[in-house]
Amino acid sequence: MSGTFVGMPAFPKAAQRAVGNETLRGNLRHATHTIRAKRATAVSEVSDWAALREAGKQIKDHTLRHLDRYLEQLEASVTAAGGTVHWAADADEANRIVARLVRETGESEVVKVKSMATQEIGLNEALEAEGIRAYETDLAELIVQLGKDRPSHILVPAIHRNRGEIRDIFRSQMGEWGRPAPEGLTDTPAELAEAARLHLREKFLRAKVGISGANFMVAETGTLVVVESEGNGRMCLTLPETLISVVGIEKIVPTWRDLEVFLQTLPRSSTAERMNPYTSMWTGTADEDGPRTFHLVLLDNGRTDTLADEVGRQALRCIRCSACLNVCPVYERAGGHAYGSVYPGPIGAILSPQLRGTASEIDASLPYASSLCGACYEVCPVAIDIPEVLVHLRERVVEGGQVTREGNKVVLQPAKGHAAERAAMRAARWAFTHPGALRTGQRLASRTRRLHPRSLPGPGRAWSGTRDLPPVPPEPFRDWWQRTHGGEDVK
Amino acid sequence: MSSRERILGRVRRALADVPQDDTPYDQAIERGYLREHGERSVAKTVDLLAENLADYRAIVHRCTADDLAATIAGILAARGSKTVLVPPGLDAGWLAAADAEHVPDGSGSTPHELDRVDSVITACAVAIAETGTIVLDGSPDQGRRRITLVPDHHICVVRVPDQVVSSVPQALERLDPVRPSTWISGPSATSDIELDRVEGVHGPRTLEVVLVG
Ligand code: SF4
Repeated sequence: MSGTFVGMPAFPKAAQRAVGNETLRGNLRHATHTIRAKRATAVSEVSDWAALREAGKQIKDHTLRHLDRYLEQLEASVTAAGGTVHWAADADEANRIVARLVRETGESEVVKVKSMATQEIGLNEALEAEGIRAYETDLAELIVQLGKDRPSHILVPAIHRNRGEIRDIFRSQMGEWGRPAPEGLTDTPAELAEAARLHLREKFLRAKVGISGANFMVAETGTLVVVESEGNGRMCLTLPETLISVVGIEKIVPTWRDLEVFLQTLPRSSTAERMNPYTSMWTGTADEDGPRTFHLVLLDNGRTDTLADEVGRQALRCIRCSACLNVCPVYERAGGHAYGSVYPGPIGAILSPQLRGTASEIDASLPYASSLCGACYEVCPVAIDIPEVLVHLRERVVEGGQVTREGNKVVLQPAKGHAAERAAMRAARWAFTHPGALRTGQRLASRTRRLHPRSLPGPGRAWSGTRDLPPVPPEPFRDWWQRTHGGEDVK
Repeated sequence: MSSRERILGRVRRALADVPQDDTPYDQAIERGYLREHGERSVAKTVDLLAENLADYRAIVHRCTADDLAATIAGILAARGSKTVLVPPGLDAGWLAAADAEHVPDGSGSTPHELDRVDSVITACAVAIAETGTIVLDGSPDQGRRRITLVPDHHICVVRVPDQVVSSVPQALERLDPVRPSTWISGPSATSDIELDRVEGVHGPRTLEVVLVG
């Protein structure tokens, strides 16, 4: 995976820097708390949430356990519907395939709808090197692209920017990329959105090639599904003559009917809406409606290695709703950039080190970027036990052992010079020197006590088989002290 | 070795722990969830649709079949629309009272031409009450996906109660996966700037739904 941000310090250092940035922290706190509260309301409207969550988990687990069969079925149905399927083992291969497909159309610019898979493989940069300009069309992605910046949240990638900064970026950069910002642009969100509408419409209407990801692919029918809000997805998916979709191999569901589960759980977990404004579904090509040529690039890039890990495999169930980010006390303070990958927050802490391996310092430190409070597991609509995978990955970093890299079994050495312990200690020190983070973590830990395992998962099972894990107290010591000592803080 | 073989080979090796006789698909998933949420009369389901559409800032009109042409004419007049895009299979009677010039959607029309039209009118395939969603599937009375995207004003006619279902599972049952579909819940929107909701970034800024029946 080529997605490591170049020059990225390991998590504790990056987090420390982020914690000192008041604007970032303020924006993040506001965002995560707002979305969190709205999500809880959206979920409470659905009385069968627990059953939907369980079904979502089972559908994804079943698919992963038979992924070879479903991949072949998907390939056959997409081909039968008029599409062409390509297979990419890693980021470089995927980038080469896409660049070739674009070149074959004779075009030198493409419009893109936000896609984590193409961010993961660094597609925009690879296309740039081939003389092809890729325009991001999601408003937040546009802000990030114009600001020569990195996304910091799965759902609201420019959440670290406030309106004044956005206006400045639009004013100074839009002209470089196409239609300049209107004269006298103010910082009201409606005006900023209008500026983006005008700037991008010019590109949509002339675009001949669109590039997307997909939220789901249906093996049975060959249908792809993209869920979005702004309509830029619909523009990219229907106006160009050629559509290229780059999708991770784990995004399959077996049948059309399975969508009934995820189209209920994804919007409510993600934007906290009953349903997102737009969902597009297409099956190959359709006569006179939408692109005449459709290419699907199926991406591995570390996913089969993740699949080989029986504990870590569950990370591939993720439907990228971002709910886990919004409840994470560590993410809230550190921000998305600290994770050094396109997948921030709790899911990033377990996905990135599996996709990329734990060789780099940042990847070795990611499993420690958590207080193990369990809040992420509780909100996850496909019930990924993120704390279980974190503990498992910590063990792997410290003790080494057998892992699969690029399809081959290799034995991982324990992290050299106790780099992992160092990383862990630094992460711990960071938490202890930021009592707010620690306290929130502990409170959540108390509240989610009933969800905590009584034994350790994975290789730790043998150890905990004959010992009980220390139970988490019903109330953190600090809270007890405050309650019983007249509000004096612990010194 | 092709990448296809390489990836499939890696998948198979990665799944060495999965037994040959693993639980088949039809038994692997407990579908204990509901087909619809709550029990409602047909009329209440239509009310819920109207309420949820409005909650997502669509403008909702209700009328009888006899009043439909007048209602549509009124919507277009109030908006000041001079041109209206019409899919090939739309019931001609719906626009009988409207003054706006009809622009037929043809495969030859370019995105730039669509961009100059004031309004578009379509039917729909199904509407979902619980989520306030209308679904278009490209049937002749709905036209190509692009026509409900580029113009700034979309009028969608829903026949009630026939086209209304309660829930997402019931909607999927009615749809044909082969047809491209677009699910629309309110006008296009973004919350990317400090989480302030702004309507109409790229799709139509105004969605008017006429419930006729
Ligand atoms: S891990 Fe779960 S909660 Fe987090 S983004 Fe993925 S699906 Fe959502």
